[in-house]
Order: sequence, then structure tokens, then C-alpha cells
Amino acid sequence: MDILDLLKSLLSLSLGDFIRRNFGTGPGTELLIDIGGVVILSTFCLLIVIFLIWLTRKIVARMQDRIGPNRVGGRYGLLQTVADVMKLLSKEVINPAGADWVAFNAAPLLIVMAALLMWAVMPFAPGVIGVNLNIGIFYILAISSASVMIILLAGWGSNNKYALLGAFRAVAQMVSYEVPMILALLVPIILASTMSTEGIIAAQTLPFILFAPVSALIFFISSLAETGRTPFDLLEAESEIVAGFHIEYSGMKFGMFFLAEFLNTLFMSGLVVTLYLGGYRFFGLENWVSADGYPYGRLIGLIAFFAKTFLLYFIYDWVRGTLPRVRVDQILNFNWKFLVPLSLALVFFVAIVDKLIPTGTNVVVRMTIHLLLNILIAAVALELLRRRGRQNRLAMSAGGGSGGVEAVAGHGGGHDDHGHDGPQPIEDVPDVLDTPLGVREPVAVPAH
Amino acid sequence: MSQQIIFFILAAITLTSAVVVVTIRNLFHAALALMVSFLGVAGIYVLLEAPFLGMAQLLVYIGAISILIIFAIMMTRRLMQTNESPFNSQAVGALVGAALALVILFVVIIRLYPMAPGDGVGQSAMAVDPAILQSSVARMGRSFVSAEAYVLPFEVASVLLLAALVGSIVIAWPRRGEEDNQ
Repeated sequence: MDILDLLKSLLSLSLGDFIRRNFGTGPGTELLIDIGGVVILSTFCLLIVIFLIWLTRKIVARMQDRIGPNRVGGRYGLLQTVADVMKLLSKEVINPAGADWVAFNAAPLLIVMAALLMWAVMPFAPGVIGVNLNIGIFYILAISSASVMIILLAGWGSNNKYALLGAFRAVAQMVSYEVPMILALLVPIILASTMSTEGIIAAQTLPFILFAPVSALIFFISSLAETGRTPFDLLEAESEIVAGFHIEYSGMKFGMFFLAEFLNTLFMSGLVVTLYLGGYRFFGLENWVSADGYPYGRLIGLIAFFAKTFLLYFIYDWVRGTLPRVRVDQILNFNWKFLVPLSLALVFFVAIVDKLIPTGTNVVVRMTIHLLLNILIAAVALELLRRRGRQNRLAMSAGGGSGGVEAVAGHGGGHDDHGHDGPQPIEDVPDVLDTPLGVREPVAVPAH
Repeated sequence: MSQQIIFFILAAITLTSAVVVVTIRNLFHAALALMVSFLGVAGIYVLLEAPFLGMAQLLVYIGAISILIIFAIMMTRRLMQTNESPFNSQAVGALVGAALALVILFVVIIRLYPMAPGDGVGQSAMAVDPAILQSSVARMGRSFVSAEAYVLPFEVASVLLLAALVGSIVIAWPRRGEEDNQ
């Protein structure tokens, strides 16, 4: 037990080793280390949200040409969120009349639990991970699929029509976007041939974003939808259904939904970093062990991980501050008619090509082959989209006026009485690739 | 020892919520209790060093089947307002059935998994090699596609699921000319 040893262990993020050195390696010590790890990790997660909320407000404010929080806590409004949390904590706990007490009160607890549970497999630095499960990615998917259920609980338990509408939207959206998300996740799993998060990082001598940019993009888009962030924030669309599934919640119960959303966004940023940007890898420096045996490289790994994660978090906020909300039919069309076929094709071809490349090939060659395959798939997808969009515009202008628009709108679903006066709109177009954002109420555009 | 404590806690959670499922009058709460029961079973899988199975349980039963059940309950308006007793008057039949199931389970477990002479209660060591556990998912994947193992059942199940998927789309697809009057 000496202070220098403790400080060095703290600095090299190996407090567990310090405890083992000083208290022996019995099962009791391991239990202590485990519990301590859980406490540290979950406290960190809960506290970082305070900073994240401030960061998002500041970034989005700058993007919208505002200043953002600037009063509480100095020039930059750093303590604004702390004040907000104090306010939320001191509010009255309200149970609306007619609400289902169990569901209404269980949902905010469970959603934070689900958001925290996922962090167990997030690798922060070499050896700094909750548990290195060999099914890490599968574990994340299982937990995040449960959060759909929790939102349904909140929406139904509130006994409010807007809450229920929001919950229905949430279920439709999240269950749908799970499909391209899982399919996109299969690509790094195939490339690394493991589901463990640490194993995937270990396999990235070159970051997987160079191998599979299309998969990274699909994962990014579907993670936006999974967390219910702005282009896909239908589940809480303020201007349509007020606040969606958490309309009846106030005080800290509302705060917990908010907390879970920010935590999930940060987690998704970290997951993108882990899967596609090499996680904590920083030119091998993250494995540096000093001469007296302290793995100081872990600190470098931690800094690299958070630098990358916050870069990704900035991109999430960028999207949030830039894009308008899409309609519910556009969301589902985009998912089922574009993302799912694309990611299916991607998994199919990546698996075949990766099998064809002989083991022991130089990693740069392997990367180039995969990159070319991705570019090819992206080009084919864009070309199909272009043709489809052109056909739609042609059909629209051929129909003439609103009748033509209606005929296209009813494509596959009726409204045949409108289309007969003009030339027939093109009927035999396969419905597989719609325009990415659907054609329910298209604007009449002249054909080029 | 600690494993057994956790097992008893999980078993208590599973069984209690299972009893709640069949006794509670509010169907929505019954569905919630069913989810807790599924969660307890997933915990037992994890305790048995089968984390993949546990997560599959979570993904399939809580992430999918429970949502299906809850949607079915929500969409059926009359079901939500029912206040009848969830019991019918067939206690004797239920008792006989439960006893039969118990006997069958007992026989199957004794026949298939006889305890080694040294294995008493509370001292059964974990006999599985940790290396095997670490590669269990890869082994399972390989045995799904290898010709000596389960490739035929796996493919048959896949075709069945695909057929169900296509069938549900065909059923839900609006027939031509049927929706003119909307």
C-alpha cells in the first residue's frame, strides 16, 4: 500500500491490478473489483449525460445561429444542465389519473437500466471493459430490442392518446430499423470473424470503415432511427403528437427518458467507433507498458476512444441540427424498400468475397478488394435509385396535373379511377426500390 | 454455492411471475409478468454458461414475442375490459396434467443426465472447459452449416421461415381492384 503505486495505477487505469496486489486474489476481492467497476461505470455514464446535454444544446444553438445556454455557471453556461437536473429532481412526482401505475412507473426505470446495461461490453481502452463477452454485439442487440418494449410500456401506461400514438410509431420504427442495423452489423462481424467487441477492435489493423463504408453508413442511419434522433424523431414529434410516449411524464421521470436518449446516442457513437473506426486503437501506442510495469498506454487508448466518440457524437448532433423530420411512411419506405435490400445484398457479397480472399493475404489488398466491392454496390444502388426516380417523374408528368400525381400515389394501392384519362402510368415497375423517401404525395416535377 | 443462490433467486422470479401470469385479471399485467418470467429463464441460461441462448431468449421472447402478445391484447378492445376470473373449473384435469408432466420430466432428466457418483448437491464443479465456452458461438455456427451436423434441419427451418414470411406478405397484400372503394 503506497501512495505512488496507487497514483500510478490510477493513471494507467489498472486499479483492479492494484487491489489484487494489495488484497490478494480471492473471490471476495474479485467481487469487490466487479462491484466497484459497475459503480464507477454507471456513475460515469449518468454524469457524462449532464455534459452531453450541455454540449448538444451548445452545438445545435451554434448551428441555428443562436448562442445557447450562457447564463448559469459562467460565460459558457456550463452549469445550465446541473440547474436543470436540480429543477427536475425537485419537481412533484405525478401519476396521471387512469394511468397504469405499474407500467407508468416501471418504464422510466427500465429504460435507464437498458441504456446502462449496454455499456457493459463497451471497450474503453485495452483491458478496460466491463465484460469481454464472446457474444458482445449480440448482447447489445438483445438489450436494445428490449427497449422497444419499454417505450410501449410507457406509451400504454400513460393512458393518453398521444403517448399511445408515439409508442406505436416507436415500435414500428424501431422494430423495422433493427433489421438493417443487424444486417449492417454482420459485416464487421464477418470481417473480424468474432462477435466480441474487443475481438473486433483487435482485428482492425486498418479501420473497418475502409473495408465497409456502406455498412458503416447503413449502421449510422439505422442507429439514428433506433435512438429516435432528429430525422427519425417521429416517436416524440413535438409538433404532431406533442411529446410522444413521454407526454405524461414530468420531473425526474421525464428526465430519465431524456437521460436514456442521450446515453444511447453516446453509446451508438462509441459503437460506431468500436466497429468501424478502430475503437481505442491509436497507432499501437495504446498497448504501451512502461518499464516498471504500468500499462500507461491504456490512458492513451481511453483518450483516443473518447476523441473519436465525441467526433461521432458531434456528427449525430450535426444531423440533429440540420435535417428536418421525415414522415412515418417515408421512414418505413426508406427502410424496407431501400436499406433492407441494400444491406442484404451487402452482407451476401461481403461474405462471398471475404471467403474467396485466401487467408494470409496482405491486409491492404484485402481492404482494397472490399472497398472496391462497396463502391460497386453503392454505385449500383444509386443507379437503381436514379432510374426509379426518373420513372416516377415520367409517370407523374405523363398523367398530367393532379390526376397523374394521384395515379402515381395510388401505385400498388388503388386510385385506379384517376389514371385512365391520360396515358397509363408505368405499372410494371418493381416496388423494390422506391425513391428513398417514398412517393405518397409527390410534387409534380417535369421529366428531364 | 453462490451459483446456487443466484439459481434460487432466478427460479423464484421465474416461478412467481409465471404464477402471476395465470392468476392476474388484468391481461396487460399478465403479459408483463410473462416477460419477467422470460427474463428469469434467460438468466438461468446465462447461469448455465450458455450466454448465446440467454441473449437469444431476450431478443426473441422479450424483443419480439412479448410485443406481439401486447399488440394482440391492445388491438382486442373487449379483452382489455374483461374482469372475469381467469380460472375455469377443471382443477382435477390440471392436477393430473401437472403430475404427468412432472413424472415425464423426472424420468427424462434421470435417464439422460445421471449424476456421477461423486456429484452431491452443492459441490458439482463446472465441468466445461473455458476455451470451449469462449469459442462456443463459432462452434455453433460451424455446426449449423457443416454436413455432419445440423445443416439439413437448419436449412429446412430456414425454408419454413421464408415460406411463412412470403405467405404473410401475400395474405397482407391488397388484391388488385379490391381497394378501389377506399
